Amino acid sequence: MSTQAPQKESIWAKHRILETNSIYLVIGILLVVSIGGLVEIAPLFYLRSTIEKVTGMRPYTPLELAGREIYVREGCYNCHSQMIRPLRDEVERYGHYSLAAESMYDKPFQWGSKRTGPDLARVGGKYSDDWQLQHLSAPRSLVPQSIMPGYPFLAKTELNYKYISNAMRANKIGGVPYTEEQIKNAEADLRAQADPNDPNVDAMTKRYTERAEKTPDGKEQTVTISKVNARDFDGNPKMISEADALIAYMQVLGTLVDFKLYDGKANIR
Amino acid sequence: MSQHAAHEPEKVDAATGQTIRSHEWDGITELNTPLPRWWINIFYATIIWSIGYWIVYPSWPLFSDYARGAFGYASRLEVQADLDGLKAVRAKQAAGLEKASLEDIAKNPDLRRVALAAGRTAFGDNCAPCHGQGGAGAPGYPNLNDDDWLWGGKLADIHLTLENGIRAAGNDKTRMGMMAAFGRDGVLKPDEVRMVSNHVRQLAQLPTEKTYDAAKGAAIFKEHCASCHGEDGKGSLEFGAPNLTDAIWLFGNGIEQIVETVTNGRQGVMPAWTGRLDPITIKALTVYVHSLGGGK
Repeated sequence: MSTQAPQKESIWAKHRILETNSIYLVIGILLVVSIGGLVEIAPLFYLRSTIEKVTGMRPYTPLELAGREIYVREGCYNCHSQMIRPLRDEVERYGHYSLAAESMYDKPFQWGSKRTGPDLARVGGKYSDDWQLQHLSAPRSLVPQSIMPGYPFLAKTELNYKYISNAMRANKIGGVPYTEEQIKNAEADLRAQADPNDPNVDAMTKRYTERAEKTPDGKEQTVTISKVNARDFDGNPKMISEADALIAYMQVLGTLVDFKLYDGKANIR
Repeated sequence: MSQHAAHEPEKVDAATGQTIRSHEWDGITELNTPLPRWWINIFYATIIWSIGYWIVYPSWPLFSDYARGAFGYASRLEVQADLDGLKAVRAKQAAGLEKASLEDIAKNPDLRRVALAAGRTAFGDNCAPCHGQGGAGAPGYPNLNDDDWLWGGKLADIHLTLENGIRAAGNDKTRMGMMAAFGRDGVLKPDEVRMVSNHVRQLAQLPTEKTYDAAKGAAIFKEHCASCHGEDGKGSLEFGAPNLTDAIWLFGNGIEQIVETVTNGRQGVMPAWTGRLDPITIKALTVYVHSLGGGK
């Protein structure tokens, strides 16, 4: 270092130090980025106001989860969002704006940002299973102006669900509260949901809709917190097809939260 | 080298008048061209401006809450205010629809105009995917323009259907009627299915196959079909059983299509709209559907 006194430099020219010393620049970048992370991400894990209290949400059943995998595989999110924004016209058309709690068991969520087709956040129950099946196979046979591609192979392809308990385990690592009992019965539950005559339907329904809760006086009781659709979604009793799974998934979208019990005023933000 | 160079007097580039940065590689040097002062000033001004945003709008997270902004702004309050505003704009006309009976709405020109406009809008998003933009239907989804009704074409009938749907899961008041899967469930043998399917074609005055035996077909029809479709095949609004003698066919009138219907049954589903649509919209839709051409 020279003993000569440094040139007097304006404070606005100090960025030269960062720009000419890469290690300082790296440290500076890390510092600024971590502030962004601390401010935007960290609070989501502890702030009560970002975690809504809702009634009715439950993890996806194995059949719905398999359907969700197909939804992701086929890239449905490329054209369909699952996020009703809190804007007047969206609420008018699609129903109550989406709540964060409604995608808490989605790993990862399917909010999307592209709407070539309509939003699907509350499509559950809006159309019949038959309609969904026919529309998936040949969209223009029902909606002449549609530009959606057909997915006729879904109804013809047998669903491969050998992996489903592993998928549930992976979701559990991500924070979805699947019980060991649910994971153990995954394949049987999947078959039961697609066949209304399966002897396992009631047991499957209970596994996903009931929860043990303590009453105020300390007693244990079982409460029903949610619902499950169990039926032959694709109308073909001979086979559990990929269409069965996808329709089961779509028919539950946006239908779980009980808005009669939802306190909108407590969640104003 | 650059460490030392920092203290050397700055050289000026003759062509541009800018100083030359002290580093060089293989004779390549860099001009010191700073961003224009006005640009940098705007950059700093926006940073200062953002402080205003922090004060006015929700912003920084804190330990147990977040900075809520000086005026209590929330996007969910804003959408509520927007929806309330919309409700206020519609209040007068909505009140008219709410109070009046379906018959009065259909008769009163003012109310009817409002109901048709509101019904048309709701129809486009909610009903058109199955029944078509103009209500012309599709195979399996009834045409709403004709006067052939499965569950009744009076205002009250249409209203009940809209509110509770047809074979809608989880709705106690839904329209219920089951066309059984006579072939699949083994009630009828394949040749009996074919025989009765021919009989159905004969009821509609369509040509029958050579194997058709009128007496046998009529006997099977009487035993298995007449309870819902009537002995004359004219159908029943009570069970949503279609009239089989007319030219209007929901699932097609070809012999193979009828065989398919008798073999596997038909249970078309219409969702219940109570809960998804508000009662006034359902009333408007009722009047709209009634007005499409076949209202009774």
